[in-house]
Amino acid sequence: MNGRLAAQIRTEVQLVARNGEQLLLTLGIPVLLLVFFSLVDVLPTGTDDPIDFLAPGVLALAVMSTAMVSLGIGTGFERSYHVLKRLATTPLGRGRLIAAKIVGVVLVELVQFVVLVPVALALGWRPSDANWLLALGGVVLGTMAFAGIGLTLAGRLRGELNLGAQNGIYLVLLLVGGMVIPFDELPSVLRAVAFVLPSGALADVLRDALTGGGERPGASWIVLAAWALAAPLVARRLFRFD
Amino acid sequence: MSAVEIVDLVVRYGELVAVAGVSFTAEHGAVTAVLGPNGAGKTTTIETCEGYRRPTSGSVRVLGLDPATEQARLSERMGVMLQEGGVYPSARVRDTVRHYCALYDRGVAADDLVAAVGLQERAAATWRRLSGGEQQRLSLALALAARPDVAFLDEPTAGVDVHGRDTIRSIVRRLADAGCAVVLATHELDEAERLADRVIIFDHGQVVADGTLDELRRGHDEIRFRSADGIDLEDLVRSTGLVATATGNGEYVVSSATDPHALARLTAWLGDRGLPLVDLRAGAQRLEDVFRRLTSGGDDG
Repeated sequence: MNGRLAAQIRTEVQLVARNGEQLLLTLGIPVLLLVFFSLVDVLPTGTDDPIDFLAPGVLALAVMSTAMVSLGIGTGFERSYHVLKRLATTPLGRGRLIAAKIVGVVLVELVQFVVLVPVALALGWRPSDANWLLALGGVVLGTMAFAGIGLTLAGRLRGELNLGAQNGIYLVLLLVGGMVIPFDELPSVLRAVAFVLPSGALADVLRDALTGGGERPGASWIVLAAWALAAPLVARRLFRFD
Repeated sequence: MSAVEIVDLVVRYGELVAVAGVSFTAEHGAVTAVLGPNGAGKTTTIETCEGYRRPTSGSVRVLGLDPATEQARLSERMGVMLQEGGVYPSARVRDTVRHYCALYDRGVAADDLVAAVGLQERAAATWRRLSGGEQQRLSLALALAARPDVAFLDEPTAGVDVHGRDTIRSIVRRLADAGCAVVLATHELDEAERLADRVIIFDHGQVVADGTLDELRRGHDEIRFRSADGIDLEDLVRSTGLVATATGNGEYVVSSATDPHALARLTAWLGDRGLPLVDLRAGAQRLEDVFRRLTSGGDDG
């Protein structure tokens, strides 16, 4: 493999792996939500077993926490600490930097799925007619969409402000995004908003692909694809390296 | 060919003219200090050489390459030390050096580089745990990772204690002796005086002096002495022909007269009148005096 790219990937992975808060965000919270809400049946999921609703939603949450929050916060601080400025004078180049970040995100997502899917299965999740290839397509689009949002914020806001914004948006999307709370339970105005958010679209698409229980999969695919195309373009346009 | 060739460089940020027509060169094997008050245009000039900024007009060539359009080729042979460090706080010393060494085709062996800047004992420490001096040494190590032919060091000894400064200076000296063109931006005269083969003084976006230390000091000879406050300078002129001015705190300067006879007349005059001679210095001006004379003091901060 290209030595420079490999060196950059190693650095990206080291930074994530040694960062306790990032591990809590990308693994701890999804596992906790999955276990808690499947054992404590308080969510009006409308399914016989809450895990059937929760598992795809938490996988969507995992994608959001890695591609948007973890990547966005990390890159935002790299900007604040002039890490990107320093790397810009080396032969690394933007192409390899971006490639390394993509590989970093994909590796973390792999670890998340390797942990979350068995936990969900152990909690009684029975995927029916699961189309894993379709789900993978959803994850790819979701990753593009959330990475675009995370990097747009990271490329514009200063360190702490970026940190707050990423966490705030994460919480809002978690609550109104159809990830752990069904669209039906939201007031109509909020539901209309939730339908066009990437979080709800990804959760819906995954639910459709894995459990056959999507709310409005056709529309959700369109919403998700639109975010996946638009968000990276906006990030590319607005991102500032210093 | 000079390693760095800058001709009539102008850099504007909107209305603000940061660099207003600067020309100079820096040679291989020499330390060229770019000296000036804060806000004089030093960092902007250096960042243009590094490829961060495009000239508004004028030309910049580094190793014969245009940094704005040929940065990829230039970066292979260029070492950079930013004022801001540029290392992630949770990154460890050895990992960071290893990372940078792997980014260059002819990168140095990482462990050798860690040892060269004296950080072996701190190899497992994270950036945020390093002292100011250690951070500067790590930052310098990253600039050396390329085995550079040209190095731009921005305030390399800022916030470093006396011993750390000596270490950094000797590394920079060795780098230049190995043939690298070292361009060092600093607002500390002491640094330039100890390290530089050549000094370029900036003020208000322009070069106000350019030469070796000796060249800059020459032609401005003086006698500087300290005695009692309020000595009779008119009597001094009448008796010895020496014109002195008081600079305060009992210090006096006699300009353009450093021959031994003038000095003898001065000390005889002081002795005859029973005046003390606390401090005496004759010869070329200190770089500090040259600097004060040429620059406006700038907007410190």
